[in-house]
Amino acid sequence: MSLDLSSYRDLMLSLLPELVLTGWALVLLLFVAWRHKTIRDLRIAGWLTLAALASTAVVTWWLWWNRTGVAGIAGMVAADDFRWVSDWIFLGAAALTVLISFGYVEREQLLAPEYYVLLLFGTIGMMVMAAGADLMVIFLGLELMSVAVYVLAGFDRRRARSAEAALKYFLLGAFASGFLLYGIALIYGATGTTNVGLIGAQAAMMGAPSVMLLVGLALLIVGFGFKIAAVPFHMWAPDVYDGAPTPVTAFMATGVKAAAFAALFRVMIQGFAAVPAWHDMLWWLAVITMVGGNLFALAQRSLKRMLAYSSVAHAGYLLVAVTSGTSSGTSAFLVYVVAYTLMSVGAFAVLSAKGRNGESDVMIDDLAGLASSRPWLAFALAVCMLSLLGFPGTAGFIGKWYILIAATSSGQNVLAAILVLTSVVSAGYYLPVIMAMYMKPEPIAAAHVDVVLDRWGRAAVAAAVAGLLLFGVWPNRLFDLARSAGESVRPTVTTTTTGQ
Amino acid sequence: MYARWVLTALLVWPVIAALIVLFVPARLAKYVSLAVSLVEFAISVPLWWTFEPSTGMQFIVSQPWIQSWGIHYTVGLDGISLFMVLLTTLLMPLSILGSWSYITKREGGFYSLLLVLTTGMIGVFVALDLFLFYVMWEVMLIPMYFIIGIWGGENRLYAAIKFFIYTFLGSLLMLVAIIVLYLHAGRVTGQYSFSYMHLLGQVGLLGSGAWWLFGAFFLAFAIKVPMFPLHTWLPDAHVEAPTAGSVILAGILLKMGTYGFLRFAVPFFPTVALDPTVQLVIVALSLIGIIYGGLVAMVQPDFKKLIAYSSVAHLGFVMLGIWALTLQSVQGALLIMINHGISTGALFFLAGMMYERRHSRLIDAYGGIARVVPLFAAILTLVSLSSIALPGTNGFVGEFLVLLGSFRTYPIATALATTGVIVAAAYLLNALQRVIFNPLTQDENKKLTDLTPRELIVLAPLLACILWVGIYPKPFLRRMEPSARQFIELVKPGSTQNQP
Repeated sequence: MSLDLSSYRDLMLSLLPELVLTGWALVLLLFVAWRHKTIRDLRIAGWLTLAALASTAVVTWWLWWNRTGVAGIAGMVAADDFRWVSDWIFLGAAALTVLISFGYVEREQLLAPEYYVLLLFGTIGMMVMAAGADLMVIFLGLELMSVAVYVLAGFDRRRARSAEAALKYFLLGAFASGFLLYGIALIYGATGTTNVGLIGAQAAMMGAPSVMLLVGLALLIVGFGFKIAAVPFHMWAPDVYDGAPTPVTAFMATGVKAAAFAALFRVMIQGFAAVPAWHDMLWWLAVITMVGGNLFALAQRSLKRMLAYSSVAHAGYLLVAVTSGTSSGTSAFLVYVVAYTLMSVGAFAVLSAKGRNGESDVMIDDLAGLASSRPWLAFALAVCMLSLLGFPGTAGFIGKWYILIAATSSGQNVLAAILVLTSVVSAGYYLPVIMAMYMKPEPIAAAHVDVVLDRWGRAAVAAAVAGLLLFGVWPNRLFDLARSAGESVRPTVTTTTTGQ
Repeated sequence: MYARWVLTALLVWPVIAALIVLFVPARLAKYVSLAVSLVEFAISVPLWWTFEPSTGMQFIVSQPWIQSWGIHYTVGLDGISLFMVLLTTLLMPLSILGSWSYITKREGGFYSLLLVLTTGMIGVFVALDLFLFYVMWEVMLIPMYFIIGIWGGENRLYAAIKFFIYTFLGSLLMLVAIIVLYLHAGRVTGQYSFSYMHLLGQVGLLGSGAWWLFGAFFLAFAIKVPMFPLHTWLPDAHVEAPTAGSVILAGILLKMGTYGFLRFAVPFFPTVALDPTVQLVIVALSLIGIIYGGLVAMVQPDFKKLIAYSSVAHLGFVMLGIWALTLQSVQGALLIMINHGISTGALFFLAGMMYERRHSRLIDAYGGIARVVPLFAAILTLVSLSSIALPGTNGFVGEFLVLLGSFRTYPIATALATTGVIVAAAYLLNALQRVIFNPLTQDENKKLTDLTPRELIVLAPLLACILWVGIYPKPFLRRMEPSARQFIELVKPGSTQNQP
């Protein structure tokens, strides 16, 4: 199906997933205005959220199945496989977050169903970011997502840390938005357009890029660097991840990060294919992020902070995929993000079962002896840790392998070597978790009696672990999907000058 | 028919059985896993007769696995891997029987990890696809990590993580090298495949990149062997591991390193391997391993540590034999790989039996026990003599062939290596005297019980092998000769014509 974006009907059709989800979000908003008293209302809101995510996934699937594409001139939104697959990842991350939230919001007394509405708006923002073929659309999506997540981070308003997290995230996020916007303005000044495809065409005609364009590009990368928590723009991440309610942390580590990366991929590959300078900038950013993230994580004793820094390290691995600048890099990103979403959600879910009051005080050693009293949870966390480490048999390995192939096939052998060396460092903080659970005795008898996940949390963890093991052994379908999606993001070729 | 399924059965059966073992009642776990490993051994035994020495690679099975990357499930066996597989399947039931009374906690977990380990080890020896090889290489890491970390001695956590990180570091760099090799062969031929045969044909054109790739493979395998100065993980891991763990570590895991050199590192990069500087470095490191390992073993107060350092020395002979590249030296190296598995395996079993009785590994805790436990003393003497390489035992045949064969290539180095045999006699005979002879002074030793029938059953097959290889090694040599010749021909074409 080929869409002509100058027609109103086709434009609506191309935005159908976002529209459906927005419709659901508004319905849910009305619903919570009407019913927000009891725990039952909260549950119904959760189920409605799941229904919203599922139906949006079906709509996205329909567009994907019909091979929807854009014909004619480049519009404000893209319609390609990359967008649909990214949408599925965001929807999946949101759905897993909802599943682990059911028990969590009740236990922590976060009894406000607006939680789910915000989750939906955040997801819409992500989808808009992945769809944006224009820097303004990407910026709109980014703000929509960020504002929703600012509130979510501070959702546990009785806890000072949560409030601190929200404030910190908001201030630094606003700062980052400023960078991004200024970058967009400079790029507009240099090329006369904010459309990503047209920027690409302009840059290709320009020959040597102007200083203004380069500064704009740098500012753009700084803005994205904040959102993906790349070193040295990661300062907010540990505190925010630590302070936010754990399911929200999982959502931030997976969905928010994936969305920022999706937009980064599109902008860099379609908009700046003719400006090789971004390879160098991202090369250094990737190296610093991998080294920094892994070394900082090594020093953590709190499980939640360790996972926060490890998320920084993983942003570094994903930056390696961006740096390769090829379609296999884009595919590698998608595969890796699927794996990363599953393993992060699994890890944060088990953490939320162990901890109370925001989980920031769960030390890695507090898990000692978990394997003997909670064997299944320990097994799940162990699989997630091995997958985060990139161990064969898990999806994390497949993702890392793909990134390594993407990097080496574009000649980035040194970057690949740095990636694996920093992965070795990461064994130093993932293994102690396994070590504590399996190799140390329980500190006191019955130390883990209150470690429980409700049925939906268990379902989410089971789905995550099953997915990790399945994709670790049989990634063929995932590859096919990722490959076609990766190839759909191509540098725009100026066809107008050749006269077709 | 047998040739079609045997290797796959050897790989799949232990994994399935491991799941069963995990869920049977703990007190039955050892019986079930013993039965499982005996079946595994029974499946592998006909390989000895059906193996056709002159055919080269055989029992080949190839199935597509991840087609978009040219990854296949390809397994096969030649005269090098045949013995390693048989050694594995022989040592597994013995290790299980040897752990009978040693392992008292979490038995189900222990035995199912041993079975998973079996799959990993056999997988390494039969894999003919580099992806499969890498996966198997890592898969065996996790069970061993748990075996050391959960059931090991007092310092087990340190030993386990040291073992893991050393191996992981080497193998990840090898991973990058495998990917670079794959992409290189793909660019040259247009066919992207991880198949061993495919890559083997294409590595000649690598140029200076070959040095880096060889370096990465070298690091992975040299850590595993272990070569001086990368051996420091070994004494810790060997000493802290439970008996079965030490036996398998010494008996099989170390052979993966030398096997890797024979199968991958040297045939892939013959020009680098034959470079005079590389030869000098590797021969020097092997010599240091032989002499330094022996000297350090001499001063160990701990019997297990003594055996661990003697392994460094023995494996030094193997490396010397491989690099000498004569038919005798390579065959000798292969024989030492087998012998070391048998003799050192038996020594670790005996050390474990001592420890179970007396709860001490210190040599000084014993003395004069030949009068109390004559059978034990006799067997320990025989095994020690075979480890020293006394004529008539298996050790002699291997080391003699290596020294004979290496003398042509490296006369000075071989002359120096011969002193290693003397050093071996010095440390083992000295230890033997302090353990079983000398006056019986300590009261605890007067009440020791002699070997039980179960322990005799564990040791009997190993003793039989010691004498069999020592007296009539021809069946072994006949089966390995064509493969050894082929290995040399791959590295140095035409050099085996005038050799006996």
